[in-house]
Amino acid sequence: MTPPPERTAARPPRDGERDGGRAAERDEERAGQPGGGSRVLRFSPAERWIHRTTALLLGACVLSAACLYLPALAELVGRRALVVTVHEWTGILTPLPALLGLASRAFRADLTRLNRFGPHDRRWLRAALRRDHRRQERPAGKFNAGQKLYAGYLAGAVLVMAGTGLLMWFTGLAPLVWRTSATFVHDWLALAIGIVLLGHIGKALADPEARRGMRTGRVERAWAAREHPLWRTDESTGDAAEEDAGKTGDGH
Amino acid sequence: MDPNTGAGPDGHGTPVGRRLVLGMLGLGAGAMAAAPWLQDRLETALGAVADKDPTGVTGLLPNGGGFRYYSVTSSVPPKDAGSYRLTVGGLVDRPGAYRLADLRALPQTRLVRDVQCVTGWRVPETPFEGVRLSTLLDAAGVRREARAVRFTCFDGAYSESLTLDQARRPDVLVALKLRDEPLGHSHGGPVRLYVAPMYFYKSAKWLSGITVTDEVRPGYWEERGYDVDAWVGRSNGRDDDPTA
Repeated sequence: MTPPPERTAARPPRDGERDGGRAAERDEERAGQPGGGSRVLRFSPAERWIHRTTALLLGACVLSAACLYLPALAELVGRRALVVTVHEWTGILTPLPALLGLASRAFRADLTRLNRFGPHDRRWLRAALRRDHRRQERPAGKFNAGQKLYAGYLAGAVLVMAGTGLLMWFTGLAPLVWRTSATFVHDWLALAIGIVLLGHIGKALADPEARRGMRTGRVERAWAAREHPLWRTDESTGDAAEEDAGKTGDGH
Repeated sequence: MDPNTGAGPDGHGTPVGRRLVLGMLGLGAGAMAAAPWLQDRLETALGAVADKDPTGVTGLLPNGGGFRYYSVTSSVPPKDAGSYRLTVGGLVDRPGAYRLADLRALPQTRLVRDVQCVTGWRVPETPFEGVRLSTLLDAAGVRREARAVRFTCFDGAYSESLTLDQARRPDVLVALKLRDEPLGHSHGGPVRLYVAPMYFYKSAKWLSGITVTDEVRPGYWEERGYDVDAWVGRSNGRDDDPTA
């Protein structure tokens, strides 16, 4: 993988057309700033690939589940044997990108950030529960407390779905009562995951800059300061630089 | 920067994420253990709600009750009284074809049994009505060398089989009605097989052909691992209560 072109920071972003005129205006403003140093690295190429492939696998898994489960879609799509195969394989492969991603130092660093809760995260959560949207009540590092909870919940849920799914897939694996119980857990957790995924996608749709961060790897410095005031952006750029060095062969 | 994590000061604090993952795994295991009890309570509660639910939302919830639609092909052309034909052939003396009206003119049998799917769902006390398969076999005159019956469907892909002894049982119907209504397309209408004592995949939807053969030929799902002799509670590694 070559270093992303975004790392030559002055590159004018090409994604304005996706978000319509508003984004284009912002891009012009940014282009007018001297040095163009207003964008900071948020996600390394490896991390963006992990996100993309996970989203693709999990998306296909959820869609095929809907075609198996919802009567209207089941009647429309049919082909039950094929849809079952797609569901089984996309499901069991969903954890794979993250597992392979452990080879990336930037990804491991972000996992640490997602794992650790500081006092500011408790404050963020208390404010979220009170529906308090004031900036000073929502302190966040690179990831806010909501993103941290989402990550932990989804990681655990995917593993439970994989385990219960395997029990249903390989019917000889365990006695019948296990299989019935696995079906029960799989069905209800699927519903719970679906709702949380809709929330994740909804949050992304509501914040074009967050989407741009995942798409291009970089976000506006002002956005970072506003949404993630405790994130020390210079450090994470350092991580990525190390990673890039590793990829060109003179690092770890 | 923290040399161990590379995450900087952002990477300090309680490992809530790890606890959450482990907690989810524990919760999953706990739900597995409690599932038989939980499922019982939920089915009762949801069943009560579904009875009074005009929106049908409860039907989308897990175990929300009722039948589920399974088709192995992309689409199934509908057939009505004008276009429907059921052929009877193979090792018989008098092969022939029935129109829907011909089947309706024959003696009808009504059975009320539970329907049990091999994937777990069960629909209690469901009335099916139609012509006994044995009536059609007797009318066609089964030859001495015959051992089994093969069923084909107008979806173009599905097939099923029964031994001749199984096919002659009084609780095996060529069904024309479900819940005292003409069998709709999504339930396999206008005509489907109904094998009351076996898992529901034996009850082939959209039945279009009955062929008497000299041996049992595995059907669509049976080629994909399901048991050919699919007695409810005594096959497919399941122990459901028998339906007949």
